[in-house]
Amino acid sequence: MEITLNHYLVLATILFGIGLYGVMRRKNLLMLFFATEILLNSVNIGFAAISHYYGDLTGQMFAFFVIAIAASEVAVGLGLLIVWYKRHNSIDLDEMTMMRG
Amino acid sequence: MFEAVSFYLFAFLVIVSFWIAVTTSQALYALTALAAGMILISGFYFTLGADFLGAIQIIVYSGAVLALYAFGMMFFDTTRNVKEKNPKRVITGTLALLATLLTIVIVGAPIVSENIVAFYPSVESVGNTQEIGVVLFTKYLVPFEVAAVMLLVAMIAGIVLAGKKMDISLTKLSDDEIEKQKAEELI
Repeated sequence: MEITLNHYLVLATILFGIGLYGVMRRKNLLMLFFATEILLNSVNIGFAAISHYYGDLTGQMFAFFVIAIAASEVAVGLGLLIVWYKRHNSIDLDEMTMMRG
Repeated sequence: MFEAVSFYLFAFLVIVSFWIAVTTSQALYALTALAAGMILISGFYFTLGADFLGAIQIIVYSGAVLALYAFGMMFFDTTRNVKEKNPKRVITGTLALLATLLTIVIVGAPIVSENIVAFYPSVESVGNTQEIGVVLFTKYLVPFEVAAVMLLVAMIAGIVLAGKKMDISLTKLSDDEIEKQKAEELI
């Protein structure tokens, strides 16, 4: 019973589906951020698996850049969330219907 | 054999923890399940021979990102249950499944027919970390520097957004105005 590339790709697909389900289901913005982290991680698994099975380092490189992007996304996103929470006392997605400052 | 056992074990645990992370109504459970999933994912990286990536996964995700989220949870009042106003599970699940399959078909279909060839084949005699260092600082030097600038921008944005009274620039104020600001704070 050998584990092939397809096993890892199917796993990445399942995790991506779970993340998308979370993105569609959540209304609390902090919980929505959790779901986006799951999406980024599932893609990273796919990159690492392809990198291993084709003997190529490019996949791992892209995984590193994805991790860097995820880290900066969290920093900026939480900062914006704090500003919003100070003004409106709520981080519910449904209440963010207005676009004026 | 052992590879199969470890793959199925880690796959089961990661799927269960991420499922808990997206479905639970307790924010603390979601955070803990997410942290567990992140650490378990690094198991895949070690199995795949990407040692450096696994270490980075533990340090950056389980260390930095989840610590930031824990800080966010302390700031927002998340002790009460998170209410979700989207009760139609079947529709959401079907849409998520369809969107995933569509994404895979769109991204995967153009490259299925081509034979993928390794751009930078890995060398047998050198360790994974050393190889990554060589490739990162030769072929991917410019994206590396751009990522560094992006992290700097994100750090400054985080400080300015979350800090107090960051909308006032001290260099643009005259001395009298600064004195006035100080006096106001004392009151």
